[in-house]
Amino acid sequence: MISAFKNGSYATRLSFFVMGFGQIARGQIAKGLFYLLLQTGFALYMIFFGGRYIAHLFSGDLGRKLSGEQWNETLQIFEKIKGDNSFLILLYGVVTLVLVALYVVVWAMNVKGSFENDRRLKQGGILPTFRDDVRALLNERFYLPLLIPPFIGLLVFTVMPLIFMVLIAFTNYDYAHTPPGKLFDWVGFANFKTMFSLSGGTSGFAIVFLRVLLWTFVWAFFATFTNYFLGLIIAMLIHKKGIKLKVLWRTLFVVAIAVPQFVTLLLMQKILDSDGILNKLLGTNILWLTDQRYFSLLPRLMIILVNIWIGVPYTLLMCSGILLNVPESYYEAARMDGASPPSIFFHITLPYMLHITTPYLITQFVGNINNFNVIWLLTGGGPVDNVYYGGGTQAQSTDLLVTWLYRLTTDQNPKYNVASVIGIVIFVISAVLSLITYNRSSAVKSEEAFQ
Amino acid sequence: MMQKSMAKIGGRISDAVTYAVLGVLGTLWVLPIFYLVYTAFRVTPSTGIINTLFPSDLRLGIGNFVRLFRDTLFAKWLLNTMIVAVFSCALTTLFILMVSYALSRLRFRLRKPIMNVLLVLGMFPGFMSMIAVYFILKAMGLTNSLVALVMVYSGSAALSYYICKGFFDTVPRAMEEAAILDGASQPVVFWKIIMPMAKPIIVYTVLTSFISPWCDFIFVNTIISDREKYTVALGLFKMINAEKNSFNDNFTVFCAGAFVVGSIIVTLFMSMQKYYVEGVTAGAVKG
Repeated sequence: MISAFKNGSYATRLSFFVMGFGQIARGQIAKGLFYLLLQTGFALYMIFFGGRYIAHLFSGDLGRKLSGEQWNETLQIFEKIKGDNSFLILLYGVVTLVLVALYVVVWAMNVKGSFENDRRLKQGGILPTFRDDVRALLNERFYLPLLIPPFIGLLVFTVMPLIFMVLIAFTNYDYAHTPPGKLFDWVGFANFKTMFSLSGGTSGFAIVFLRVLLWTFVWAFFATFTNYFLGLIIAMLIHKKGIKLKVLWRTLFVVAIAVPQFVTLLLMQKILDSDGILNKLLGTNILWLTDQRYFSLLPRLMIILVNIWIGVPYTLLMCSGILLNVPESYYEAARMDGASPPSIFFHITLPYMLHITTPYLITQFVGNINNFNVIWLLTGGGPVDNVYYGGGTQAQSTDLLVTWLYRLTTDQNPKYNVASVIGIVIFVISAVLSLITYNRSSAVKSEEAFQ
Repeated sequence: MMQKSMAKIGGRISDAVTYAVLGVLGTLWVLPIFYLVYTAFRVTPSTGIINTLFPSDLRLGIGNFVRLFRDTLFAKWLLNTMIVAVFSCALTTLFILMVSYALSRLRFRLRKPIMNVLLVLGMFPGFMSMIAVYFILKAMGLTNSLVALVMVYSGSAALSYYICKGFFDTVPRAMEEAAILDGASQPVVFWKIIMPMAKPIIVYTVLTSFISPWCDFIFVNTIISDREKYTVALGLFKMINAEKNSFNDNFTVFCAGAFVVGSIIVTLFMSMQKYYVEGVTAGAVKG
């Protein structure tokens, strides 16, 4: 950049201020006009809309004027005053920040393009025409038209909301500070301190957080491995030599996939209800999903069992696909050596399966950490347990981090700021887990192995 | 001789055990579905909870389906879901194919960083930012519209490039190199050479992205408040979770609705099961 300004031609230097100048001066009219148009649009946006939100973000507060009513002397009436809305200030501030970042990228491209033109002219070359540029986009730069449309969607519906929610973790946005009636403001790391300080005692945030985290991991572990091994075992049973009606057996299980998950879960919840059909048939009065005793052991078990019902058909499908691919020669060699079926399983089938499906297991594990539906629809996170989960934290006994987060944002007394802190924690855990394993997996190391 | 027949008997016993285990497990898996179908067709007793599986005044019929289509907005919800599913499926599939093709077959600077960033972005629990998404849609004037749902469902499509990219990674390079030598441009290679070969993974992507709008009720619940604009998932969810007694009154109708949705998905699955299995396997085998 600096060398472009020092060594560039006058046109390049001017294009630092007037975008597209370097292109128009060299006859690349369409490209230059495009840059100029972008710059004008951006300037107008900043002047009429974005500018004041950026100013708000950097002035260190999210609005000062409360909305309310004020007595108007001349008209002798109460007038409504439109105050600041911290929520919208922050949201539009984020939108504007993202636009500024994009603008900087485009601006750098414009300067670079012009500097590149300088270089080419100096070497006596000719400049690419508009048609050349289009052709490049369809060939060596084909990735640009492929990636840009999906990335716009990603920017609007994932990245911007995400930055917004991360910023919320540094504010005091909760029930007592809900716009438009109230304002909220930056509080620095106060929410993180609340979450991780031990001052609340055993039912305070820090301890409750650890309890929820522990259960999240226990759940993810059991949910992942019970599904995996049961799916594998059933697949092996179906594939066993001499078993007839293989298609029928598989269909029995696979039909379960067709019922939408939320229907199955609601149905199971009703079946397991204290007044549900299961209790009526057994003539018992067991609180399958709401028994609080022993750290709510029974509801936790039921959740894992129901999850087996939902998940096994998927792993069954996958394992049967892979089992067919185990080279038959391995088995033959083992049988020649007189290996028993269990030893064949532990020395051939299982290692082969694990070797191939490790990335799948990791994805499943992370997916289960964030498995909202199963918990939310079965127990809603409950039963409520005020001994181990203090009322102020709004956590309940079978809550995962995600369901706790969801309750904190949808409850009667929402704490968006605390929810954001939890979201960040979930994010860090899952991102670390998956980045490590993903980059170690052979799928990445040997991308081109099969080409 | 003796040994051989012993082995035969042993084999028979182990077969019998296998059949027994499969039979028990299969029953366990089918029972809830049976209960669902049974309740959907149960006209009396009409309350949600019954004390025995076969009450004395049991009567079966299609009464619940009549109530479903006459007394609720189910037909409208069905249409809404179909519209959203078709459009978001088309957009999502296109986006996923574009991203995974670019990341798998093309080589450019920032390719690896982009892959890592996408992976990390996908780790963020989606509904954590739901409120922000709601206000962004509101600023665009799109709340309470099906367009918003399509945008939300397909907006994050790029994040699920992983399985599809794994598939593209296995397609041999020789053919496209030959085509490029013959002067074909990248778009031609993309449409004429890679796409036809990628049929299983396309079907898999289409299927999964078509089905997800049928199952999501959380996003719909935030974005849409107009009952006319509900999708089936939210409609059915509200049917038995909205008011205190709604469960007792509506459980049989709910099951009828679930039966309709289930049948649609079963039909889709059965017709495309082969590709689905190939897709699942292709994604996992890439280890």
